[in-house]
Amino acid sequence: MDSALIPDGVRRCPLWKFLLGLSVAGAVLLWGVYAMLLCWVKGLNQTNMNDYYGFALWIWADLAVIALGGGAFFTGLLKYVIGKDELKNIINYAVLIGFICYSSALLILAIDVGQPLRSWFIFWHANVHSMLTEVAFCLSCYFAVLTIEYIPLVLENRQLDKVPFFHNLSHNMHSAMAVFAATGAFLSFFHQGSLGGVAGVLFGRPFAFREHILIWPYTFFLFTWSAAAYGPSFTLFITWLTEKITHKKLVKDNVVFLLAKISGWMILTYIAAKSVDTLYWMFQTAPAQGLQWHFFYQNNAFYGKWILFTEIILCGWLPALILVYRPLRERASWRVTAFVLGIIGVSLNRWVMVLQTMAVPVMPFDEWVLYIPSWQEVATTILPVAYGVILIMISYRYLPIFPQEKELNPITIPNGQEPELTTDPQDLAVKTMAVSNSVEEVAAT
Amino acid sequence: MLPFNFEWVWDMGHYVFHGGLWYALTVIGLGMSYCVIKAVIDTSKGKGAGHH
Repeated sequence: MDSALIPDGVRRCPLWKFLLGLSVAGAVLLWGVYAMLLCWVKGLNQTNMNDYYGFALWIWADLAVIALGGGAFFTGLLKYVIGKDELKNIINYAVLIGFICYSSALLILAIDVGQPLRSWFIFWHANVHSMLTEVAFCLSCYFAVLTIEYIPLVLENRQLDKVPFFHNLSHNMHSAMAVFAATGAFLSFFHQGSLGGVAGVLFGRPFAFREHILIWPYTFFLFTWSAAAYGPSFTLFITWLTEKITHKKLVKDNVVFLLAKISGWMILTYIAAKSVDTLYWMFQTAPAQGLQWHFFYQNNAFYGKWILFTEIILCGWLPALILVYRPLRERASWRVTAFVLGIIGVSLNRWVMVLQTMAVPVMPFDEWVLYIPSWQEVATTILPVAYGVILIMISYRYLPIFPQEKELNPITIPNGQEPELTTDPQDLAVKTMAVSNSVEEVAAT
Repeated sequence: MLPFNFEWVWDMGHYVFHGGLWYALTVIGLGMSYCVIKAVIDTSKGKGAGHH
């Protein structure tokens, strides 16, 4: 029914199956929308936020998706500015994932702000002394850049591409993409950094306060670095997940290995810097404020030293070493384990830097209060995930996201048998020849 | 946000924040304008027609 919209030379599941999948994700989405409306209509009393958790699940999710969406700007930088041309085979998907992550971040902020009709106030009545103003500026502009990067992909839809203006526009946008990618990298550097900087400048919160380089605390650089490091891992993990769900090889191994290697080295250098930063904070910054570092990890039921070990060793050094060491990187099970650990690591880092920072008692009368989000908060946090699944489903079905898909999955063998998945070029050539011979035979009869 | 806004002050904070914002918006705006205008010209010259 919708076959005219599906890209040439690729196979997709039947429409009913696609619609069934959409309806499942749509039901989750509706649940989230219901919770979102409750928050907007009834107010933030629908949440379990309190004086210790003014930044709660939403802000954590916000920072986590922004970090994980960092794969878009960094892969774009590598492809368009540094010239790693092999990454053209995964850049579309990186852009799509980035687009989903950033639109999700803006959606979550719209819920958290509580009065989205006044969102424009942050531009018109900007507080130029706030790092979060810069985050708002850069986030909005970078979302515009991601939209610009996503538009050519939409215009490459089989039917839209037949319209000469759209074809020309898409072509021109591809030609100018280096400018947009460089602008995206510039904007990302500042908003990722400022999200970290917000925590680092809090001199009244000794758990998060860090030394500075000029006006920027170390956390500024660590946040940008971690987004560039773990973002590509997230892109590769979602690509792997998509391949498993579709039962297809969508990106060639050399592309995956290259991006995994870059991600691994980025994680390694980041986690080395993070370790030095943490040690300096433990033995210099915190004692200078009259505190011992282990004070921040005691007298509560949740935030123990395990969190530090998990973030830095288990989900930092370990995935870095796996991805840097070639024999492990090239084994799918180890590689995907490293991706998962990395994703957990950077998400945990954002949790610690936002929630633990605000929850640690700083006054003698303060208590270590724990926080469990309300179902409305959970539903509104899952809402972007459902939205992301839907957008990936639609984009994968109707847009040529993976340039190598056709080559890796030749279709239409006359006897109806599915070709085996392979990445071996010789094997592919033989199979392609067999298919074309069969087609010729059928045509001759 | 704009110099005629009543809250506007000519100080370093406004130069840096709004300078960065307008710089990014200008690059994005000019880039997109170039793409759209060139697409209109290309289309009027018959480019891209019948590429299928």
